Amino acid sequence: MIDLSLLPDGGLAWLDGSGPASSLVLSTRIRLARNLASYPFGLRATPADREGILREVLAAARETVSLRRAVSFRLDQLGRDDRQLLHERHLVSKELAGLEDPGVVRPASALLVQDRVGVMLNEEDHLRLQGLVSGFALDQAYQEVDRLDAELGQRLPFAFHPEFGYLTSCPTNVGTGLRASVLIHLPGLVLTKEISKVLQGLAQVGLTFRGLYGEGSEVVGNFFQLSNQTTLGKSERELLDHLGKMVRQVMEYEEQAREVLLRDVPTIIEDKVWRAYGLLRHARTLSFEETMNLLSGVRLGVSLGLIDRIGLYALNKLLVYTQPAHLAVAEGVALDDPELNVRRARYVRTLLENEAGRRG
Amino acid sequence: MSERRCDRCHEREAVIHLHRQTAEETVILHLCERCAAEQGVETTVNLGKTPVGSFLASMGKGLEGVGAVPGLAPGGRCPRCGATLSDFRESGRLGCGECYRVFEAPLRDLLRRLHGSSRHLGERYHAPGNGREPEAEDSRRLREQLRLAVETENFELAAELRDRLRALGGAENEG
Repeated sequence: MIDLSLLPDGGLAWLDGSGPASSLVLSTRIRLARNLASYPFGLRATPADREGILREVLAAARETVSLRRAVSFRLDQLGRDDRQLLHERHLVSKELAGLEDPGVVRPASALLVQDRVGVMLNEEDHLRLQGLVSGFALDQAYQEVDRLDAELGQRLPFAFHPEFGYLTSCPTNVGTGLRASVLIHLPGLVLTKEISKVLQGLAQVGLTFRGLYGEGSEVVGNFFQLSNQTTLGKSERELLDHLGKMVRQVMEYEEQAREVLLRDVPTIIEDKVWRAYGLLRHARTLSFEETMNLLSGVRLGVSLGLIDRIGLYALNKLLVYTQPAHLAVAEGVALDDPELNVRRARYVRTLLENEAGRRG
Repeated sequence: MSERRCDRCHEREAVIHLHRQTAEETVILHLCERCAAEQGVETTVNLGKTPVGSFLASMGKGLEGVGAVPGLAPGGRCPRCGATLSDFRESGRLGCGECYRVFEAPLRDLLRRLHGSSRHLGERYHAPGNGREPEAEDSRRLREQLRLAVETENFELAAELRDRLRALGGAENEG
């Protein structure tokens, strides 16, 4: 197993619940897709090309402030459980971690992480720079990743076209190469069945949504990643302002939905959140998906002020550590252990008991 | 052999030949694209709904036109990485940065459909150790494109290019 304690904060600063609007928004992530001008893109790069890209980026990264203390992992030298662990921490994509069918890790796939920034290497694009911060903080996330981009861009020649901007393997990412995602919890809109209307509205204004783990992932626990669809024809500032404005709008709708629920069906809501808490506190077996859905209920209860015996940080911690690979590591068992659901229930129970005791 | 008419509208040419298996027999339906689409059959007509899809579908037909792009090697192959438009059509991914220059004209069209614009308005990049003035090169290039657009009476494009040139001028003045 890899030692994630090597990371200054375990790569988990994004989940500490300290950021703005963190009862609704878990994290803000911005990624910039970049390619080195001197190598073919991911699909046509040979293993030797990929090694060359890794070597050049590692050398350049050591000279930057953003990444000089970075911890690096070669995904192609890690076992499946470790790769899944990094994926569950939102540090690498499913593709880079080789978790998609047929589950092959491509040579020289790597990750660099330092504080709130990271780089995925040899993904579809040579570099996917990321800034990941707690709560709803587009500006902060952009500042972090923009500095990293400038530092690396001074040292490595990026593929850039005077008209099209930064060139990427897929034309959907060309231009700014910027994808900003806000991970937001929308149980109110789901319960009032307004969510599909909201998501359709977002599509009309050039935004898209994904599940908890990004592209191609399903929505679990009422968590949605809202992000910009297009990357070209607008400046970085315009893209971020537009997303920010729309996310604030969605947050307002969510608050309104919660008000409606509390006003019209207060008993049902109170019952729902306490049932979720009760199940988590006492269940003897819990699947990951059930845990996520129950945590969604408890999170709603906490942010409505109905439940006070658990804080946001503990909720976020549960969100991370009940994921399969995290739980398997914490419990010292294999990912496919048949007892994993029993262990998950025990882990949740213990944490909730301690938290309730601590908060008196 | 004369072309077969659509079994449903009896007007357009049948291009979809649908085999439907019932308990007793196999029925073959000959349909035109539109009727097939109305019957819920996936056709290239449906593909056209997504910008990438319609672009990729039109790529095969557009190869001759692409051959006229300066710098394109014979056979529509990127001289640097060897990728062809049909490779792109298959994977949806370009082979290298040079591909964007080699297939510039069809890609500009695709980018407009995907993003609503083909014009990068974000941060300008200056490669390390590269002393040239990208903005200057940009405006030369735009003026040339504008001249061509006016000559070919593509006034919509000309207007867009003029706006871009103005924006560029503004940026230079500010700088």
